[in-house]
Amino acid sequence: MTRLRWLVPTLYIVFLMLPIYWLLNMSFKTTNEILGGFSWFPAEFTIESYVKIFTDPTWYSGYINSIAYVGLNTVISVSFALPAAYAFSRYRFLGDKHLFFWLLTNRMAPPAVFALPFLQLYSSIGLFDTHLAVALAHCLFNIPLAVWILEGFMSGVPKEIDETAYLDGYSFPRFFTKIFMPLIGSGIGVTAFFCFMFSWVEMLLAKSLTSVEAKPIAAVMTRTASTSGYELGLLAAAGVLTIIPGAIVIYFVRNYIAKGFAMGRV
Amino acid sequence: MNKVQNNKAWFMVLPVLVIVALNAVVPLMTVVNYSVQDTFGNNVFFFEGTRWFSEVLASERFHGALGRQFSLTATILAIEIPLGVAIALAMPRSGFWASVCLVLMALPLLIPWNVVGAMWNIYALPDIGLLGYGLNWLGISYDYTQQPLAAWFTVILMDVWHWTSLVVLLAYAGLQSIDENYYRAAQIDGASRWAVFRYIQLPKMKHVLTIAILLRFMDSFMIYTEPFVLTGGGPGNSTTVLSIDLVKAALGEFNLGIASAMSIIYFLMTLLVCWLFYTITMQGEKS
Repeated sequence: MTRLRWLVPTLYIVFLMLPIYWLLNMSFKTTNEILGGFSWFPAEFTIESYVKIFTDPTWYSGYINSIAYVGLNTVISVSFALPAAYAFSRYRFLGDKHLFFWLLTNRMAPPAVFALPFLQLYSSIGLFDTHLAVALAHCLFNIPLAVWILEGFMSGVPKEIDETAYLDGYSFPRFFTKIFMPLIGSGIGVTAFFCFMFSWVEMLLAKSLTSVEAKPIAAVMTRTASTSGYELGLLAAAGVLTIIPGAIVIYFVRNYIAKGFAMGRV
Repeated sequence: MNKVQNNKAWFMVLPVLVIVALNAVVPLMTVVNYSVQDTFGNNVFFFEGTRWFSEVLASERFHGALGRQFSLTATILAIEIPLGVAIALAMPRSGFWASVCLVLMALPLLIPWNVVGAMWNIYALPDIGLLGYGLNWLGISYDYTQQPLAAWFTVILMDVWHWTSLVVLLAYAGLQSIDENYYRAAQIDGASRWAVFRYIQLPKMKHVLTIAILLRFMDSFMIYTEPFVLTGGGPGNSTTVLSIDLVKAALGEFNLGIASAMSIIYFLMTLLVCWLFYTITMQGEKS
């Protein structure tokens, strides 16, 4: 029994990798070959699709736009959530528990419900089709998550540290940036990872809040699918490239990922 | 931890409050507004009261979507939670292979949802996709674009593929927090594998599993992009879950009153289930 234990994760990983392999396999085929029938490997290996994506501005600007609003969202979410999480972890104040649950309820708001009102809201304040609009809209689910995770990490730091620092004559901003933030450094990293992740994978809001200037990669992919027939090779290559930023981020935070949610307390 | 009473802490929460309120309250009010009004066009609206709500609640279409939504969510939870726990238990506890497992398993979580849908759309095709081709090669007649049952199966398999890793990561984090001495003590007492799981591992995982179940419930209840790209809700209505139906009503038919009333019912249901779950587990933890 125990000797075969490695089989369980191995089989699971094979199950996870097969669709990704299939995407990779298709991205190196021509569209004709893909539609031509079933094959395990590309018969005529081509990187044409990748060349097209990296040379055509309508394609690569999609990636740049996506990364721009995801980065902006991560910065906004973490920097706004830091003081709030500190307040929740250190103080009791009027309505704190209700506020915390209310924040969490926004994590439950289905984006499908909000797509249309969001469009009206951001058009009326003149932010439609900007990176900032998408970054702000994604705060709806990322800020509650960031507060949730950071509060968990902060509660793990003994309060005596705060008190000693104040006795030593530290002002609050200096204490917070010089002493406290380094202590919860890994927590900030994990929070940033989850904000990046949920903003990167969400495409419904990102698509409905943009048209030309800030169009995310998803919108470019759908448009290609509809205008030039199904260029499957190109779509597969574009899909493979959307996996890469995530893979890089995972590699850097691999030791902290698992801790992230576990440290935040419900 | 003993917290100090300090109402000035509100100032620290204020920025978050403003930004979330802008995003949550304004659109929610818009939806509420639409849900009680009707229009003849030209932005002329008049009050309709609860007509849309009673219409939605009585409609066959809503009942159908709701039923499909609940059975999808229930199936997903029933598969992903035990599977995730089992995989986390079998994973190496430390070292090189643990890192490899974590990195590879986290990969599906970071793929944009529309790409997940598009990927499975092709992967499951019976003529050129590995899954569809493989199943037919095994002698199972499978075509998710034609058979409702096959479409249903594909949506569930896709979700298991996409999200089980989240449960694994959380359960794994819970297991990591168990002190080695507990296992040693259990070994000395001659505890069975099951007893170790039931009395040492499960209690330690309880907290993270709560988070896992909550997150999986919320996210599977809101699921839209992946099944929409995969099947478009078809064949027929067989994979039209709540949010797909909602977007159809709002953007496809531009039936704002109905769509808004549906949104509110939908949101209240999610809220209710999460609140119930949250309260029950919190009480369990206290006693």
